[in-house]
Order: sequence, then C-alpha cells, then structure tokens
Amino acid sequence: MILEQFPFLVHSAPALIIVIPLMFALLTPVIGLIRREWTFPWMLLALLLATLFSVTALQDVMRNGVIHYRMGNWEPPWGIEYVVDHLNGLMLVLISATALLVAVYGKKSVEQELPGKEVYFRCIFLLQVTGFLGIVITGDAFNLYVFLEIASLAGYALIAIGEDGAPFASFRYIIMGTIGACFYLLAIGYLYIVTGSLNMADLARLLPPLYGSKVVLTAFAFFMVGIAIKMALFPLHVWLPDAYTKAPSAVSALVAPLMTKVSVYVMIRILFGVFAPSFSISVVPAMKILLVAGIVAIFTGAILALAQKDFKRMLCYIIVAEVGYMVGGVGLANTTALRGAVLHIANDVVMTAGLFAVAGIINYKMREHRLDDFKDMFKRMPFTMAAFATIALSIIGVPPTGGFFSKWYLLQGALQEGSWIFVAALLFSSLVNVVLFFRIFEIGYGFHGDHGHSAGGDGGEAVAIREAPLSMLVPLMIAAATIVLLGFYNQALIGKIIQYAVPVL
Amino acid sequence: MIYRGEDIIIRTISRMLIPFIQLYGLYVIMHGHYSPGGGFQGGVILGASLILLLLAYGYQDAKSRVPEKLLTVFSGVGVFIYAGTGFLCLVLLGNFLDYAMLAKILHTDAAHARSLGILSVEIGVGMAVMAVMVSIFLDISTGGVLPGEEEEKQKTAEEA
Repeated sequence: MILEQFPFLVHSAPALIIVIPLMFALLTPVIGLIRREWTFPWMLLALLLATLFSVTALQDVMRNGVIHYRMGNWEPPWGIEYVVDHLNGLMLVLISATALLVAVYGKKSVEQELPGKEVYFRCIFLLQVTGFLGIVITGDAFNLYVFLEIASLAGYALIAIGEDGAPFASFRYIIMGTIGACFYLLAIGYLYIVTGSLNMADLARLLPPLYGSKVVLTAFAFFMVGIAIKMALFPLHVWLPDAYTKAPSAVSALVAPLMTKVSVYVMIRILFGVFAPSFSISVVPAMKILLVAGIVAIFTGAILALAQKDFKRMLCYIIVAEVGYMVGGVGLANTTALRGAVLHIANDVVMTAGLFAVAGIINYKMREHRLDDFKDMFKRMPFTMAAFATIALSIIGVPPTGGFFSKWYLLQGALQEGSWIFVAALLFSSLVNVVLFFRIFEIGYGFHGDHGHSAGGDGGEAVAIREAPLSMLVPLMIAAATIVLLGFYNQALIGKIIQYAVPVL
Repeated sequence: MIYRGEDIIIRTISRMLIPFIQLYGLYVIMHGHYSPGGGFQGGVILGASLILLLLAYGYQDAKSRVPEKLLTVFSGVGVFIYAGTGFLCLVLLGNFLDYAMLAKILHTDAAHARSLGILSVEIGVGMAVMAVMVSIFLDISTGGVLPGEEEEKQKTAEEA
C-alpha cells in the first residue's frame, strides 16, 4: 500500500481509524450549511480514509503482530489502549468497507426517503460507523461501553427517521438496548471493584485467582445478558424485527449486518480476551448455555422467517437465526467451530448487507418491500436479481459461495463435539432458507398465480428492463462478487488471519 | 410552542441577570482544568442563560440572539475543537490526545502544555454543550418546527 512509505501514519493508524470518521462527522453539519451536496463526497472521503487505514492496520498486524496504541501516551492500564490483533483487524476492514459501500448505495434511497434530511443523516451515519469501529478496536472495557453507546444512540436516531411506526420501533429498541448497555456497564463496575482495572489485557491477568468470587460470576452473567440483548439472541431479539424493518433502506443495510456482528465480536472478546477460555468452559457452564441458546435461536429464527410476508421482516428473522449460528459455533467450544463462527461473521456481514441492499432497491422502485413486490423482478431488474440470487445461494449454503464454507466448518465442529442437535439445527435452517428464497425466485419469475393469463395476454409479454440506478447496483454487485470470492479464498482467510484470531481450544 | 412573555418583572429581571449568568458560565469554563467546574458545567450555565432569554421573551423576539444556524455550527465546531486538539498532537508527531506534544508550538514545558490542552478541550465542550442544550430546548418546545419556518415550508410547498 501507498501508506507504507509513511511509518508515522502506519503507527497512528489505530487512532486515525476512529478519529477520521468522528471529526468528519462533527464537521458534516457545518459543511451542510455551506453546500448541502458537498456532504456526500465529504462522507465518502471519511469512509474511504477509514477503510484505507483499516486495511493498513490489518496488514501491519499480519506482518508485525499485534499493535498496541496508547491514547495520550498514557501507559496502560491507566491510559486507554487501542489494540489491533487478527480478530479485530478483520472486523475493522469488514466494517469500514461495508460502510463505504452502503454510503455509495444509500445516496439515491436517502434522497428519495428522507428529502431535506440528508445532511444530518450523513452526520449520524458517520457517528454510527465511528461507534462500530471504536467498539471493535478498543482494548479497554469501559471505552468499549462508550463506543457501544455511541453506536446505539446513532442507531436509535437512524432507525427512528424511517417509515411509519419507526419511532415506536426505535423506542422499543431504546428501552431494550439501554437495559443491555446498563448490564454491560454494571458488569464492568463489578470487575472494577474486585480488580481495580478496566484494561482488557490487565483484567485477563488479574482475574484468574478471583474466578471463584461471586462478584466475578455476577459480572460475567451481566456481560453475557447485556451483550445478548445487543446481538438480538433469541429470546432477547424482540426489538430487532420491527426496528430493522422500519428503518430507512440505507440504515437497515448498514446497521442490520453490523450491529449484531459487532456484538458477537464483543462476546468473543469477553469470553476469550477478558476471561480465560477455561473459565467459560469449566468454571461456569457458559459454553453449554450458549450452545443451547444458539440452537434455539436457529430453530425459532428459521420458523418465524417462514411466517413473514414482508421481505425485510423475513431478513430480520434470518438474522436472528444467523446470530444463532455464530453463538452456537462459539458455544461448541472447539477450534474448528470457533474458526467457522468467525468466518461466518465475515460472510454474514457481506450477505446481510447485500440482502438488505436488495430490499432497499425493491423499496426504491416499488415504495414497499413485501414479498409480492418481487413479481417479474427477474425480467425488470436482471442484474439486481442475479446478485440477489448469488447472495441467497450463499445464505442457503451452496458450495462455491462463502456461506457454504463457514457452515461446513461449523458442521465439522459440531460433529467433533458430537452435538447432533446443532447439526440438525444447521441443516434445518438451510432447508428453510431454500424454501424462503426459492419462494421469492418463484414470485420473481412470475411462475405462480395468473396461470390462465389475463385476456389478450400471450404469456411472454415483454416487461421493460428498468434496472436500479448504477450507484445502487454497483455496491450490490460488489457484495455478491465478494461473497463468491470469500468462498474461493476461505482457505487463505482462515490460514492467514482467522487461525491467529481465535484461541486454540 | 414558546409564546412571547408578557410579565414585565420576569423580563426585566432576566435582562439584568443574563449577562452575569453568562459571565459566571465563562468563569466556570476557564477554571475547569485545574479546579472544580469545567466545560460541561460552564456550558450548561451558558445554555441555561439562553433558555431563560427564550422563556422570558419568546422565540420570535429572541431569535436574533439565538440563531439556529449558529447553534448547529457551535455544536459541530465545539466537539471538533475537542477532537481537533487531540488531532493536533497527532499532527505534531505524537500520539492522539498526547497534549504534552503541544509544548512544541506553545513554547512552554510539557506540564503547562497538558494544562492548556485540557483548557482548549473544555472550551470546545462548553460550546457544544451550550448549543446542544438550546437546540434540544427549541426542538422540544416547538415540536421540531420553529415559528416562521412553518410559513417558509408552506411557501416552498406551494411553489412546488
């Protein structure tokens, strides 16, 4: 990369990843006062730089090992430390690249859905991305809470400006999300009482002698429940379908893939970075509980998805099931499944972002997003639907795509562990996904209904091609291409990044 | 909706008090970095003085003193000063937020530079808190549509 000639920039990358979107976000309203249109390139520039620095940081980690960056040059554990390792390096690239694509994709839909509000939308959008990046990059448990709140507050605002009923959905999310954040904060407070430290690495060093302590056990329980609310783990998912269905298209495409996945990352970080793996396996039966929760989430998510008539709402329940994959994969507590879970995070970010992008394009054309709106879409929007089909095949888990490989690792992990019920859950959910998406393909090709053809119609009546605007189509095509590439290069991804990202159990 | 205040006692007292409240707010901001007080508290006092002005005089009469655009600029720029001070340290080849690096441009020692760095952060925080408080007050009391704006919106709607 170009940046390598400037060692100082590479050294500062962890700070710049956060500071650039933050400062650009703060100046967005001021830019908007001068020229409203300038905010769009302004936002793209911020996200482009964030992506560039994320890639630089990940490359640096792959070459020279874990990066530690001291905020204000205060030594940890007193100061806040940013740590980039293989796991969050990968997450940083995923988040910033997704945000960049969604920003390009969202231009048209935001102009259509939120006329006059673009400036503030872009400001909060950047704050949202800052929140996600901050949660992932920080090595300090309290700093993580602060970024969790930045991301959540920005999310509440972005969801509330959606269609009818969005403020109510957002309000429910606020209540649930605040309880989750409070639990997380309480957990940090408990740990701080017994250890006097907030730095994750320091906590990991100080905690093992205290594993018997009831305070630590309580803190652990608060951590898990708090994060489970944020990641919408069944039965704490009730806020998710409404919130993400009613959010503006560009918001669903950004928040729906990232918020849940970032929360799964936080869970992995707490299970293996703050507590030792031995704690959650042998001291408390956390892994078993997570496995059961994951299995239940997969079954219920899949069944509830079947019952939906609205495309976005169906996707929301698919997310609930997908969260079950990852949580269950972590709960299996063996190396293969854990690698599968992390690989699935990467795949799922791309897949759900892509699917919500399709929902946004349908909404852009039809002004609603029911399953029936897909009628004749294969004729009207062949490129959009080709990308949609690719991503749908990946969600189902058809071989050349990324979704197959992460499911394969999860299956192998489950087989090693002898957890047949998790295997059954995975297969059941894949079959349900087949039904879900082939139903849409059927509607899209116009196979069902009107068999008699209306009078005068000769069946093959030409439907004019009305493709989505290029600025929406290209990001979607990139997502579809990425999911195929993730499938082809899954070995490289596992070998170069993920195998160092998760502990060997 | 904020209506024009009619009570002459309230209006006169507020007019006399507001400059002192604002002066006190500035005092709290300027002393925040080494004694009790700070940007948030000072900003709240400044914001409260403007809210008092709006309550006593009504939005129509007081809007020239509290222009909405300026509030937007202040809330953005205030936090920008906060983050920008940290960023300046990065530009001076230090770590983010390492205010000791400001010694290079302030011609003082590291301890003084840290103190001045925090002062600049407090000023930024004060600006942002003041502006955001007043914006929230205006949003809640007017339901998001400022008096006068409504007619403008109707006018543009009619033109369209």
